Amino acid sequence: MRNTFTIAGKELQGYFVQPVAYVVLTVFLLLGGWFFFAMLRQFDEMVQLIQMMGQSDQLKQMNLNSRVIDPLLHDLSIVLVIVMPALTMRVFAEEKRTGTYELLLTAPIRTGEIVAGKFIAAASFTLIMVALAWIFPLILIIFGDPEVGVMFAGYLGLALLALSFVAVGLFTSSLTQNQIVAAISSFGLLILLYVISWPAEAGGGIVSSVLTYLSLPTHFSTMTRGVIDTSDIVFFLSVIVLALFLTQRSVESARWR
Amino acid sequence: MIEVKNLTKAYGNFTAVKGISFKAERGQILGFLGPNGAGKTTTMRIITGFMPASDGTVEIDGLDIFTNSLEARRRIGYLPETPPLYSDMRVEAYLRFVAKLRGVKRSAIDSAVEHALEVCGLTNMAHRICGQLSKGYRQRVGLGQALIHNPPVLVLDEPTIGLDPRQIHEIRELIRGLAGERTIVLSTHILPEVSQICDKVVIINDGRIVLEEQIKEIPVGTSLEEVFLHAIAREGHVEGATPEETLEEVGAGHSGA
Repeated sequence: MRNTFTIAGKELQGYFVQPVAYVVLTVFLLLGGWFFFAMLRQFDEMVQLIQMMGQSDQLKQMNLNSRVIDPLLHDLSIVLVIVMPALTMRVFAEEKRTGTYELLLTAPIRTGEIVAGKFIAAASFTLIMVALAWIFPLILIIFGDPEVGVMFAGYLGLALLALSFVAVGLFTSSLTQNQIVAAISSFGLLILLYVISWPAEAGGGIVSSVLTYLSLPTHFSTMTRGVIDTSDIVFFLSVIVLALFLTQRSVESARWR
Repeated sequence: MIEVKNLTKAYGNFTAVKGISFKAERGQILGFLGPNGAGKTTTMRIITGFMPASDGTVEIDGLDIFTNSLEARRRIGYLPETPPLYSDMRVEAYLRFVAKLRGVKRSAIDSAVEHALEVCGLTNMAHRICGQLSKGYRQRVGLGQALIHNPPVLVLDEPTIGLDPRQIHEIRELIRGLAGERTIVLSTHILPEVSQICDKVVIINDGRIVLEEQIKEIPVGTSLEEVFLHAIAREGHVEGATPEETLEEVGAGHSGA
């Protein structure tokens, strides 16, 4: 246990001294800000239009949550798909490249402790990132009257989604020495998990339900709409646990080859 | 202390290490000598638990490195061919990190780090960033992390490679000072290193042991270079030549010529 936290602490410190993490953070928040601004402006224009046209009953349907936060969260999730692989690509690949992998594998620590420590560090950084994106709901709360509970559910979904991305990224990083390969594989896997439900519309029956279940947006959308369903939480946790398990196997396999 | 029995390592079709056996007693400094590509690094990596053998066993203090991996690893300090430094960490922080990973008790970490810094001549470098160090200092930090937990066994892979003559001298003095109760295995292709520091020499060529002898058994007047070149040449010509015969032949060659 102690080893896990030793590694986590060192890794987390490492995030703050290299440029990659800051670039990821900046890109994420900047794009988030841009989308937020765009959505809000659009919302504002529509409200004004409706007021001008005098259709006050339509006004009631203009919901800050569904028109601003919901699309914002979906846009942010797309940004994450692109940006998270860049954050996680070096986690194992770099160690293999610089030779420090040898240090970790010859130290009296378990493989599971290495994987857990690295995940905790990456996850902590990611959660900080998501927490910083809470500035957008904060602005809405100050100037408007959105439903805080719904926003909280949406951000919880974003956090879980981001953690799944971290786990997948860690896995691909453990498979190779080459950071670019790790990043692109991670990106590819995440896109796959996004589009896996597309053929489902065509087919029917059990295949369709399975594919829809496996799709990340399915579960994410439920949460952005404000519903915290345990089945969605379980889904995300399962993705995380599976990816980390595979990562542990991958690192352990070095001892057996 | 270290017992290697019938060690074999095959990478697909290529067998790097072909059934080698040798022993290092407690307190001995064993020089592992051989031309490039002979199998020295592979053997070191198997001894320290970084990779598994295809066949044969390695016992550290009676513990099998494969089946009792965690316990065996606790007893080893390892300096790989490339010192496993994290380039964005400061020297002291790095040594502290390795100390924790290697199981040094929390209360003992400060003194262990201080001692390692002192022994390796790094007290002035404690706050330097590892990535900015010259090769000589990197090697010293690598040595520092190998001894931070005061292990009974030290495995050093080419500890003086790439250093300038003064640095080489310093590192050798350092290693000589470390002996005593410790068992040290150092691999090198620099002959004077072995004759100056080691108690025992094991010569490996093309994956096979061609000589295993105490340094003091080598007849006076015979240079290690002669022994080495003879052993290498011999192995190429005669299958099944025993290591003892090699020394005799060199001796005979001397008195004959």
